[in-house]
Amino acid sequence: MEFKDYYKILGLAREATQDEIKRTYRRLARKYHPDVSKESDAEERFKEVNEAYEALKDPEKRAAYDRLLSGEWQAGQEFTPPPGWDAGFEFSGGGFTGADAGQFSDFFEALFGGGSPFGRGRHGGAGLRGEDHQARVQIGLEDAYHGATRTLTLQVPEVDASGRVAMHPHTLKVKIPPGITEGQKIRLSGQGGAGRGGAPRGDLYLEILFEPHPLYRVEGRDVYLSLPLAPWEAALGATVAVPTLGGTVDLKVPAGAQSGHKLRLKGRGLPGSPAGDQYVVLQIRTPKAETSEHRRLYEQLARAMPFNPRERMGV
Amino acid sequence: MGERELKIAVSLVLDEHVTLSLREMCRGCGLPGEDLMAMVEEGLLQPQGPSPARWRFAASELERVRAALRLQRDLGLNLAGVALVLDLLDEVRALRARVRVLEQLLD
Repeated sequence: MEFKDYYKILGLAREATQDEIKRTYRRLARKYHPDVSKESDAEERFKEVNEAYEALKDPEKRAAYDRLLSGEWQAGQEFTPPPGWDAGFEFSGGGFTGADAGQFSDFFEALFGGGSPFGRGRHGGAGLRGEDHQARVQIGLEDAYHGATRTLTLQVPEVDASGRVAMHPHTLKVKIPPGITEGQKIRLSGQGGAGRGGAPRGDLYLEILFEPHPLYRVEGRDVYLSLPLAPWEAALGATVAVPTLGGTVDLKVPAGAQSGHKLRLKGRGLPGSPAGDQYVVLQIRTPKAETSEHRRLYEQLARAMPFNPRERMGV
Repeated sequence: MGERELKIAVSLVLDEHVTLSLREMCRGCGLPGEDLMAMVEEGLLQPQGPSPARWRFAASELERVRAALRLQRDLGLNLAGVALVLDLLDEVRALRARVRVLEQLLD
């Protein structure tokens, strides 16, 4: 396993006071909290920061860790705890507080986990319901529209009889009903962590995320599509074929349509009660004048139809 | 490997059509009723119904409680702080969705 430099993770000097450690932890916890942060690696960073704080906030653990650090260990180096590294400390048997120890690294486990004197007091809670777990699942917009059955494999930390934490793959099949929206949660009863002392398993919560789609954007159940039009289609009106999640439909574009105009296809968004709508936002594209014939037509148009698109700018 | 047919897990979509009683909420988040009542008091949860025994919570509020617990535990916030953070996060989420739509339309 890799040696971890907990001071470096928090960006602190080794001489930092307990108060500084706490302040820095609070700041980083706000920054990387997975419920709050938008950073892509927030969850990873949050775990790291928590682990570092868990090791340093308790003066006993910190003293034991400092003693290791004063050896020649470097962050990232291959590490096994030297025998008796934790000898000579008086333990008050505090165990873990607050944070979820199952999420910590092998390195932390080897130092402070169930097998070490620090790990005491953590187990033996008889009849404790298993923890709830959560996971995110990315699905295509088409799957959200039609519904789908997905097989998922999640890595779940489990504590074995000796108190070690190991990752186990947990495979399950989930039915995703049509009309699910982004951010919605699905609760899978009894698919969470194992209970202790014969208590039931916790639940698993899946959060639905959508894969980016080349054509559509989604807001709640409403679907937005940007639709390119030729200038004459916009000026004269036209019936054009428009893709929707449920298949192609004909859309009547009124004469005199402009870029940015929004047309609604009622009930063509994600299904539900009520179903969402599809909004078609018009984008007028101008053909390039590639031949002298094209250029002549544009010039003719300019002469026949005086038009100042910047009229309202007073120029 | 993988030959064994998996059973489809029993699932419940926590959308606006599913409502839960106080008791079901307690089971879902492992909290005693008093804690949830304190959250209602703070306006963090908004059940329908005249009295705790007849409260119905929108299923999405279960996730709100779970997020509230995480925020309390990890950031040391009090209930009023948690309620504010959750309201702001709802707003941020709605604004981000709006921005994504508008950005695409500008392309």
